[in-house]
Amino acid sequence: MLLISCPWCGARDETEFSCGGEAHIARPADPNALSDAEWADYLFMRKNTRGPYLERWVHTAGCRRWFNVARDTVTNEITAVYKMGAKPPRARAKASRRKR
Amino acid sequence: MAQSHRLSDGGRIDREQPLGFTFNGKSYQGYAGDTLASALLANGVMLVGRSFKYHRPRGILSAGVEETNAPVQLETGPRTEPNLPATEIELYDGLSAASVNCWPSVEIDAMEVNDLLSRLMPAAFYYKTFMWPARFWMSYEKAIRQAAGLGTTPVHRDPDRYDKMHLHCDVLVAGGGPAGLAAALAAGRTGARVVIAEQQAEFGGALLGERDEIDGAPAIEWVAAALAELAAMPEVRLLPRTTVFGYYDHNFVALLEHRGDTVGTRKRLWKVRVKQTVLATGAIERPLVFADNDRPGIMLAGAARTYANRFAVTPGRRAVIFTNNDDAYRTALDLKAAGVEVACVVDLRGDPDGDLPDRADAQGIEVLGGWAVTAVHGRKRVNAVEVMALDASGEAVDGEPRRIDCDLVCVSGGWNPTLHLFSQSGGRARFDAARSLFVPGDSMQAECSVGAANGTFGLASCLTEGHEAGAAAAAGAGRRRSQKRISVPRVAETVEGAWRNLWVVPGKHPVGRRAKHFVDLHNDVTAADIQLSAREGYESVEHTKRYTTLGMGPDQGKTSNIAGLAILARERGADIPDVGTTTFRPPYTPVTFGALAGRDIGPLADPVRRTPMHHWHERAGAVFEDVGQWKRPRYYHRPSETMGDAVDRECLAARNSVAILDASTLGKIDIQGPDAAELLNRVYTNAWDALAVDRCRYGLMLGEDGMVMDDGVTARLGENRYLMTTTTGNAARVMGWLEEWLQTEWPELKVHLTSVTEQWATVTLSGPHARRLLGAFTTDIDLDAKAFPFMSLRQGTVAGIPARVFRISFTGESSFEINVPAGYGLALWTALMGAGEKYGITPYGTEAMHVLRAEKGFIIVGQETDGTVTPVDLGMDWVLSKKKDFIGKRSLDRADCQRLDRKQLVGLLTEDPNSVLPEGAQIVSELRDKPPMPMIGHVTSSYFSANLGRSIALALVKDGRARQGQTVHVPLDDRTPRAVIADPAFYDPEGDRLHG
Ligand SMILES: [Zn+2]
Repeated sequence: MLLISCPWCGARDETEFSCGGEAHIARPADPNALSDAEWADYLFMRKNTRGPYLERWVHTAGCRRWFNVARDTVTNEITAVYKMGAKPPRARAKASRRKR
Repeated sequence: MAQSHRLSDGGRIDREQPLGFTFNGKSYQGYAGDTLASALLANGVMLVGRSFKYHRPRGILSAGVEETNAPVQLETGPRTEPNLPATEIELYDGLSAASVNCWPSVEIDAMEVNDLLSRLMPAAFYYKTFMWPARFWMSYEKAIRQAAGLGTTPVHRDPDRYDKMHLHCDVLVAGGGPAGLAAALAAGRTGARVVIAEQQAEFGGALLGERDEIDGAPAIEWVAAALAELAAMPEVRLLPRTTVFGYYDHNFVALLEHRGDTVGTRKRLWKVRVKQTVLATGAIERPLVFADNDRPGIMLAGAARTYANRFAVTPGRRAVIFTNNDDAYRTALDLKAAGVEVACVVDLRGDPDGDLPDRADAQGIEVLGGWAVTAVHGRKRVNAVEVMALDASGEAVDGEPRRIDCDLVCVSGGWNPTLHLFSQSGGRARFDAARSLFVPGDSMQAECSVGAANGTFGLASCLTEGHEAGAAAAAGAGRRRSQKRISVPRVAETVEGAWRNLWVVPGKHPVGRRAKHFVDLHNDVTAADIQLSAREGYESVEHTKRYTTLGMGPDQGKTSNIAGLAILARERGADIPDVGTTTFRPPYTPVTFGALAGRDIGPLADPVRRTPMHHWHERAGAVFEDVGQWKRPRYYHRPSETMGDAVDRECLAARNSVAILDASTLGKIDIQGPDAAELLNRVYTNAWDALAVDRCRYGLMLGEDGMVMDDGVTARLGENRYLMTTTTGNAARVMGWLEEWLQTEWPELKVHLTSVTEQWATVTLSGPHARRLLGAFTTDIDLDAKAFPFMSLRQGTVAGIPARVFRISFTGESSFEINVPAGYGLALWTALMGAGEKYGITPYGTEAMHVLRAEKGFIIVGQETDGTVTPVDLGMDWVLSKKKDFIGKRSLDRADCQRLDRKQLVGLLTEDPNSVLPEGAQIVSELRDKPPMPMIGHVTSSYFSANLGRSIALALVKDGRARQGQTVHVPLDDRTPRAVIADPAFYDPEGDRLHG
């Protein structure tokens, strides 16, 4: 079970959270300007990354706030937790590729 | 009764505490400190079970969790537990156990015929034979399960209590042997919060069964001193009878503690978040694979001396030791010291020359170096073995066999580090080619393996390694090193020679002929089976496992793993690590469902939500249904009524007099802020800018895929304030949905959301007398239809209670939905019931509500919709704004949503007005003699409508609106009713009544 550090509440068990999938997928500003294929890409297509991955979580059974998590999908190591709207921490995401 | 094989002194049993027990119906006696296995051996009982597939007689193999041969059914009735290894059951007075997997008895087993037929039952026999025709599989499976069953599960409710414990610690030590105790001491001395778990009742691990010395005294004295020191440390928790069974992400570790019957709870499940884990899980001895190596009386060498030293039991009278290593010589020496006659040591190695063989030689024990056991005599108990000399290559035997009488064969093929927890933590085992064993590779989590679990077998090295790891773990968890300089205990190290790994011991006949060479005793998998699977093309061990069932039994291959890999590798001409290493998954040993469930059973399995009027409903005879976690009255039962009668009565009252519904469970979200209307615009399909204060509007919510997700009425309470209602079951989901969009996509919107579902009680009055009844309770709300029109709200008082009254209707009748603070709900309800008596006021439940709304053709999300239905499919284009964007809008333009043959909502009227279609029934337009027939849709809702005097149904039918008036067929098991496609609004389609 993951131990996730909510930016507002601190470290809590995974069971208090829900995962919202891949982060940084913005809703298109004008959906009608998109082709069916582009819309389908926004709607259905998600990366299935092996390694460092940026995803959204929400502290469902806590403060109910959404935030971003950088997690290595192989080791499950969480290298960064950052608030909604913040830029992904590139350097830290890369660091997780290092062998511990 | 005399214990024929019990020594008169020694051992860690208490002869002052005799315990009576029964096994297979016979009474025996053992002592406190015994396991069921040691007590049986003390009574000369070796034959304890029958094997899984061939039903061969089997005896006790081991003294630990790796036991493959002695799964027993412990106790009977509600406390019964199947497949417990007799080696792991602590003896208690009155214990009752029986062999599993034999019928009619362990002595005479009817299925033993399988052994004689075994030439006809090769690996994967069941797969090959019972493959086709598939429809027979059900009956095959039943017969196979009966023939190959492993114990029986309890059929009664479990009378015991189980608890779950949550804990954080600096250092968790898994295993209470010498390395684990040394680690716990070193960590504990820093002041670290330490938990040490030992699966057995007593700490000490292997030391309990050995005659080692530490610091010049019996090792067990060091164990006692260590335990005393640990017990005195306030931050150290000792958990005996506790197995670390699961190692999960981020050092989350699960433990199962057996507490016995004397305390309040039988077992406790510990969930521990650990900073640093020390794995001191020991090692499991490897059997040797030789002809008929499964006969009762063949036992692991380490287990044999454990029985002698720890339990003061001699597992036989005359023993042969069969080994590839020095360690088994300890067994020869210890058995001899216990008075067992040691016939000889048969050593696969040509010239054994370590300290231990020298000691055996000095004791006058005959050693046959470079020999092998080639045959075993005796079916239910070994009575002799044949031994032969190996040729120079070790691939074959020569010369004349020599027969040695014996009733005990102690075998050792070396030891395998117990890597299960390491593997579960994400680590990959590394193959130590020099010793042919798997050891822990790189750590993937904050853990460290020590002692035998790390491939370190000498006692002195185990203590040193444990000590260093414990200190390092405490430091890793942020504890300062202890100031005191502590010396590691002194142990005389014994020099041991290398092992000789012959994965299949050669004999007189080729493998697979005239004898069985068992690799997995639990699942009856032989060397020949693995060779066959290799010949049939199964190259990976994962495939071989599934094909032959190697390592798939409750023991999970604890003794069979390495031999299976080695035999497969040899067949393929590959190295052992190239055929794969097995990944171990939790649990290490079986965990009962009771322990996993803990107290979360019965009424505590899931929270129950009740409305403020719940107890009134109960007294009125309500039959409840679960809607989400809510209990809602489904209908109110009266004596002599059927459910149908009750629903008819309630439905008629709603249309002819007045009916009352507890609607408190509807989700309610208070939405406030200057951008509240904009939020509604984005999440609902229709426009909200023009909604005036004190007006209500129906809203439909879609997923971004365009599919209907929820619906409900939202009212504007003030300039910047709205009250949204959701369906009962979706309230939490809709709240989460709105929060997600606000926080992730639209943080610029100034809106706050508050769930107020439980703050309000909601009472709905419906029917022609609703207005007159309510009028008697309010003076400050004008109920006149013109002053208070449909789809509006008023705030005032009802029965003296502050209230919000909404004119909305789900029944199609003139309705008033009265919301009062939850604490007043029951008072309002009883007041209305009392005054309504003269109108024949009738409480109605969800079933009548469903019928009434279906008469109107109103949908229920989740009944008419299933996540694949768009508003257009439902004929609700009127609710879709053309002018603005909303969630899901773009998806409605996708080609798939534009298809002409999509299923559309229609009404169905059966030709026979009394025939009520089952919900979910498939609809066909063209009836054929037999399936397949093209299905054009399905029934979503179906009821008998008392108001219409006939059956009605709603359905989703391909291109349904164009089929109005067509007759369709609904093929059922016993009949094929015909129905006409109609408009879904069956009752008052103009809506005159709800505006009235
Ligand atoms: Zn939080």
